[in-house]
Amino acid sequence: MTEPALQVKSLWKIFGPNAEKLIGTPDLQLSRKELQTKSGHVIGVRDVSFDVAPGEVFVVMGLSGSGKSTLVRLITRLIEPTSGEVILDGQDITKLSDPALREIRRNKVSMVFQHFGLLPHRKVIDNIAFGLEVRGEGKDSRRNRAQEMVDLVGLSGYERNFPEQLSGGMQQRVGLARALAADPAVLMFDEPFSALDPLIRRDMQNEVIRLHHEVGKTMVFITHDLQEALKLGDRILIMRDGAVIQIGRPDEVVGAPADEYVRDFVSEVPKSHVLTLRWVMREATGTEAAGSPVLQASTIVRDAARAVLATHGPVRVAEGDRVVGIVDDEDILRVVVAEDAS
Amino acid sequence: MSTAIAPPRAGVKEEQPYVDPTKKRYTGRKLLGLVVVWVALWLVVKNRDTLELPFAQTTGLHTWLNDFRDSIEGSGQSNWFMKYVIGGISAALNGIITALQGLLSTAVFPRPVPEIGWLGVMALIGWVTYALAGIRSTILVLVCTFLFGVFGLWQFSIDLLIITFVAVFICVIIGLPLGILMARNQRVSAVVTPVLDLMQTMPSFAYLTPMALFFGIGPACAVAVTLVYAIPPLVRITEHGIKSVSANTIEASRSLGLTSRQLLRQVQLPMARRTIIVGVNQCTMAALSMATIAALVNGPGLGKPVVSALQTLNIGAAFVGGLAIVLMAIMLDRTTTAASERAERRGGHTDVASVGGPGVVKNIVWLERLPRWASEEGYESPPRKHLSNAGRRFAIGLLVVPVLIAVVLSRTYLSLAQFGSFENVPVLSFLSGPKLASVVNTVVRSFVDAVDTFTNGFKEVVTVWFLNPLQALIATSPWWLMALVLLAIAYFLGGWRPTLVTAVCEAVILGTGLWNDAMVTLTMTLVATLLVMIIAVVLGVGMGRSRRVDVIIRPFLDAFQTIPAFVYLVPALALFGPGRFTAIVAALVYAVSIATKLVADGIRGVSPTTVEAARSSGVTPWQMISKVQLPMAREALVLATNQGLLYVLSMVVIGGMVGGGSLGYIVVAGFSQRELFGKGLAAGLAITALGVMLDRIARHAAARYES
Repeated sequence: MTEPALQVKSLWKIFGPNAEKLIGTPDLQLSRKELQTKSGHVIGVRDVSFDVAPGEVFVVMGLSGSGKSTLVRLITRLIEPTSGEVILDGQDITKLSDPALREIRRNKVSMVFQHFGLLPHRKVIDNIAFGLEVRGEGKDSRRNRAQEMVDLVGLSGYERNFPEQLSGGMQQRVGLARALAADPAVLMFDEPFSALDPLIRRDMQNEVIRLHHEVGKTMVFITHDLQEALKLGDRILIMRDGAVIQIGRPDEVVGAPADEYVRDFVSEVPKSHVLTLRWVMREATGTEAAGSPVLQASTIVRDAARAVLATHGPVRVAEGDRVVGIVDDEDILRVVVAEDAS
Repeated sequence: MSTAIAPPRAGVKEEQPYVDPTKKRYTGRKLLGLVVVWVALWLVVKNRDTLELPFAQTTGLHTWLNDFRDSIEGSGQSNWFMKYVIGGISAALNGIITALQGLLSTAVFPRPVPEIGWLGVMALIGWVTYALAGIRSTILVLVCTFLFGVFGLWQFSIDLLIITFVAVFICVIIGLPLGILMARNQRVSAVVTPVLDLMQTMPSFAYLTPMALFFGIGPACAVAVTLVYAIPPLVRITEHGIKSVSANTIEASRSLGLTSRQLLRQVQLPMARRTIIVGVNQCTMAALSMATIAALVNGPGLGKPVVSALQTLNIGAAFVGGLAIVLMAIMLDRTTTAASERAERRGGHTDVASVGGPGVVKNIVWLERLPRWASEEGYESPPRKHLSNAGRRFAIGLLVVPVLIAVVLSRTYLSLAQFGSFENVPVLSFLSGPKLASVVNTVVRSFVDAVDTFTNGFKEVVTVWFLNPLQALIATSPWWLMALVLLAIAYFLGGWRPTLVTAVCEAVILGTGLWNDAMVTLTMTLVATLLVMIIAVVLGVGMGRSRRVDVIIRPFLDAFQTIPAFVYLVPALALFGPGRFTAIVAALVYAVSIATKLVADGIRGVSPTTVEAARSSGVTPWQMISKVQLPMAREALVLATNQGLLYVLSMVVIGGMVGGGSLGYIVVAGFSQRELFGKGLAAGLAITALGVMLDRIARHAAARYES
């Protein structure tokens, strides 16, 4: 197991005048509403812990008000956490002095915002170079680096424009390039595509997938869109009322929802697009399907369907070399048809 | 440091509108180049063609204006326009005011005292306040009016109230319908707005003389100048209030079949009521400010004792008069504000705090917005207990009895009619006019002695480092060089339009024959504005970044804005003695609050996402200010400079009264010396030209930053 790129340990954020004093008192067991009526404090984030592996895309999902945007801001202390630890690059962020924190923000973590947060008085290229400028890089080196980023996100030809001359999608590309320019270890996305049209949103999601393949950064991605979460996430954290409800791979979230809330949430998802063969296979009894083709357990049902339907009789499912189960037409169709019925 | 990234071209499917990459203007470099060329030329040709005109000397235009005045004075009986229109208005105003004075403040022969004595007047004022604004305001007003009497300024104070109220009354009668009409009719708005612009751009000193020419010096002229100054804010806020009734509400009302008249009376006016009362508040404060200055055209009121005290450098007496003016400002402000809060309880609320004073930017009214915390808190404040409407009406009715008794008493007993002297009453004796004045004189003298090193040092630094070099450069450049420099600045900052205006204004200034004086005034204006902007940026950035700083500083700025312009001369004179520097300091204090508020609003208006994004890039606080907040608040900065310039200019010329010299002094002299009348009128014209020029340049520069 490699060292996690980012570790969050029982992080709390309580808004209100005496938030620190509440930590450790039984009041914290109260629901959000109860606590608010009792003491006027609002729980933003409640005891959240998770690890993010290097190179992983970790999605935090929840409806508005669930505390996901607060959570991502706690990680870089754009909002001060009330208690808990955030460990990044071996340091506990929550204990850093202001200058040390600035160093982290300048070099280790970058963020992409829903409303872009671009500087309207600077050209695209200078917006992208902004992070490099504040950490004191020379004009030539930061221009070169910014130009690389411009090409990377497909903005070539727009370097000399001002942000407001560009469309929303293009502006977010600038935001993306600005975040990448500092070459951070971790990239944070706060609902970056929520303000965009659906088609452009899909485009940008693919762009993120492409960039992830190319630069292999660790990413923490906040969204309220389940489709987006399933599409991008290696793992998904589902939040409600500031607390973690479930953390798991997309197929785990859809296949084994932790509670009614999550079940309700994922009920509309086309299961065949998310579930893997592991979720639909039966146990292999003896040598039932000997000699049939072998598919990996991590194959998504939709991708396996053609192969399974083309074969008469069951198909073997393996994890690595070991056969762990079998699937037949019936198992595949149950997933596909069941979702039509629901 | 960069990771190895082989960038394949990303596929951009979005179609982009074609846009020209913006060309860089290099305004800063052009201006720098200009200054270098200017200084180089100045070294060669300085002191030539500076068009200096000795104080007592007049030009042909000035003599012609003198003759013109004589002919107007002579034509009072022959020309029908002068006789019936202007003469009629003038006589009516004078009549009303004299009648009111006879009733409330001035003894008219053969009575030894006014019709109603001080007790009756106080009772009446208190009763009106109670009916309009409630018990708290009434107590405040009664205390203030009583103090006026103790100060020994009873008659002046009541006179000032009379002038102010007559002016506000006329403002409301004209301004309210006009504002409503402008809100409902685009064409009227398009015609009237530029007129209001000009009225607000003109420094108040500029139209004193022409008004005096037509109305003759005295109460009528005082009301007329006050009217010009006080009506624009009322009209603008009324228009804004009606226009800002939500389009949805109007659509919904129309769909119910309301006629246009019903819409106005039942929807727009009730919803705009609070805003309109804010307009009346602004109008009242402006009227008070101008009615004080109208003392220069022999307008009755508190301005008179202050003017004569300033001219004899009697700080103590000026202080007492100034204090009375400030008290009156506070009492009028509180009362109209309380009245508007009462209107808010009946529905409708406003986001408008005030409008820019002299000068408005961008052809639309610039309305000072309340910061969010102020309007939110104002809105959420727990309701106090109030009398029901019926109960209040009953109380008002009941109070008529004691008021009438007070009036009768004040007509019966001399001591209740004429404010006695309090020099022998314990405690109050310290507040009686002459005593207070001498105390203040002593205190000020010792205070000034104590801070002498500091004030003199400040004066020295500003004079030696800014004022003298700049004045040397501007006022000893040949007029043609200076004219070209101004044209070039106008062109670089705003394009050809302000350049054209600048050319016209320069021609006007040249025509007045007061080029050199105008340039001296310009220098003082620029130096004061520079200082204003330094302070405004420091304070404004602090306020924009921290709510706590805002909460602490804003009330002071509000208070500063309430004080009539005139009063600022008193402390400045006390600290720095007579001279141009005093005018600069008074202008600085006068202009700094509006500029600071604008900067603070601009900083606060910077998108929070951008601020957050910058923070997450790891900027230091200083980088945040210099690279994000100030550049993004650029428009607000230019706007603040524009307002600062106009406020400063109007105050710098008023500073002519305390030895500020140049144009302002010529205007003042025009009132007192008959042979300088024409020159004073020309100086007013030059001031206007200067104001319009500065306003246009700043306005177009601001327009360039608009998104």
